Amino acid sequence: MSDVTASHRWKIEKGLSGDFIFKAVTVLFAFSILVILMLMLYEMVSQSLPSLRKFGGHFITGMEWDAVQENFGALPFIYGSVVSSILALLLATPLAVGTALFITEIAPRRLGGFAASLVELLAAIPSVIYGLWGILIMTPWLQQTVQPLLQKYLGFLPFFDGPAYGVSMLAGVLILMIMVVPIITSITKEVLMAVPRSQREAAIALGATRWEMIRMAVLPYGKSGILGAVILGLGRAIGETMAVTMVIGNNPQISLSLFSPAYTMPSVIANEFAEASSPLHSAALMNIGLLLLVITLIINALARLLLWSMSRGAARGTKL
Amino acid sequence: MNVMTSIDRSAAEQRNTMRSLPLRNTKNTIMTLLMGGALLAVLFPLGLIFVHIVKMGLSAISLDFFLHIPRPTGEVGGGMANGMVGSMVLIAMASLMGIPVGIFGAIYLSEYGGSRISTVIRFCADVLSGIPSIITGMVVYSMLVVPMKGFSALAGAFALALIMIPIVLRTTEEQLKMVPTSLREASLALGVPLWRTTLKVTLRSALTGVMTGILLAIARIAGETAPLLFTALGNQFWSSKLTQPIAALPLQIFSFAIAPYDDWHRLAWAGALVLVVTMFALSLTARYFGRSGHKN
Repeated sequence: MSDVTASHRWKIEKGLSGDFIFKAVTVLFAFSILVILMLMLYEMVSQSLPSLRKFGGHFITGMEWDAVQENFGALPFIYGSVVSSILALLLATPLAVGTALFITEIAPRRLGGFAASLVELLAAIPSVIYGLWGILIMTPWLQQTVQPLLQKYLGFLPFFDGPAYGVSMLAGVLILMIMVVPIITSITKEVLMAVPRSQREAAIALGATRWEMIRMAVLPYGKSGILGAVILGLGRAIGETMAVTMVIGNNPQISLSLFSPAYTMPSVIANEFAEASSPLHSAALMNIGLLLLVITLIINALARLLLWSMSRGAARGTKL
Repeated sequence: MNVMTSIDRSAAEQRNTMRSLPLRNTKNTIMTLLMGGALLAVLFPLGLIFVHIVKMGLSAISLDFFLHIPRPTGEVGGGMANGMVGSMVLIAMASLMGIPVGIFGAIYLSEYGGSRISTVIRFCADVLSGIPSIITGMVVYSMLVVPMKGFSALAGAFALALIMIPIVLRTTEEQLKMVPTSLREASLALGVPLWRTTLKVTLRSALTGVMTGILLAIARIAGETAPLLFTALGNQFWSSKLTQPIAALPLQIFSFAIAPYDDWHRLAWAGALVLVVTMFALSLTARYFGRSGHKN
């Protein structure tokens, strides 16, 4: 009798200890994610300290990037990143939102599903392949066809000034636009699908045309979610490295002209980090990385907040 | 007074809308066309890229491409065999590091975690997935490459693992949460310890979904270039040790594309075709898994 209880107890304890070990393992792995993130942030800050100490705030406003004189300022790279990303988003947003609206509101279900999966498949193409296409197909086309045309008819504007190299801010903007459109489209599509049917039915019942339904019922409801999708696209664009590096020309200058080569924050890291000439040079590159990290963290936080408020609103809407 | 104007206005608006029905219909048609046009404008460049990859890739690809390593500058021919094998090695090692962390982390979040701690870890995973991959490369450089005094396959795989973890974690967690509680309760009521229940019942019923997540994560890291620039570095030759720099297909595509030789451009196209076909195969398989999972 006591034997049975003993073996029973032993089994329970063994089971408990198995549970304990298993839970310990899951805790370990779960918290390793936290540790990794903290380590990454710590590493970025501590490695950029020499540059932070030497240049401080001047790092952001400095125009010089001179590895020989060890004088580093990041303004041309910040300018290149911000301008290329924002222009790309200005072009991409109407296209992406229009596509998402067409897929969810207008196309027959099967066609919409097909188009959506096509867009998603294309969103999975790696950056380096966009870059390959950009440098071997797009930039020669820009140089020989597009830039001469723009110069001929719009050359009086400062944006289309200077010689046509092909590799340019314009090329960077276009390749970024092509790359962020699928991302914004697929998130916007999710957002639009979360808009309750009742909203659409109410608008249709009041005699709205389909466009009026979209304008009055669908878009206002999905507003914050769509904004979230666009900002998420901005985060992607600003951290995008390979494709932009391959087509933007990699020249640290600030020029109004879209024809002149530019440089972005990720590009200068990609080009110079492995062969940094001095400790201060690599610290300055780390400092650019830190800036980029802070910018993307803020952008992503904002985007998630917007998408989250949208999904909360949608959840409340379906309950009502 | 106020009431009067508001009535006036609404009457005016009503008349306005009544009168302009043809106008409203025209506007509807125009906007519909614009939205359809947006779809075409989106698909056109993407289709163009796809056509170019297939056309240029097919004309450049040959058996040599799969069997040989790159020739020295100026010599015609050669292939990217070392890049393809290198990519496979990197992906396998990254999977070994990243998948357990992702899956066990997800088990913690969905089966054990208190809500506040889970929120913190979920937030960390989201932040991690939003970090540009070039920064992941920089961090791994100063965490592994500098102390180990050299670029290595190990560092490259670690950088890729960091990119994998949040993807696997979030998809696995979602799948685990979809497993009905009654299933867990049935197993526990039969006296199966919690950990065995989790592994044999909960995780197993979510397996197809988890597989989808893993395949998507692999498809994602297969094309990553930026985090490998300062970790795996790339290699013109075969590498025999994991502590040496290793070649990777995306890295080779990059360095061949920016080189000024036509023959290297051809190899880059062939590499791009191989990479794109692999990724499409992976994501189609993932979709297939995902769909069969949902049917069950």
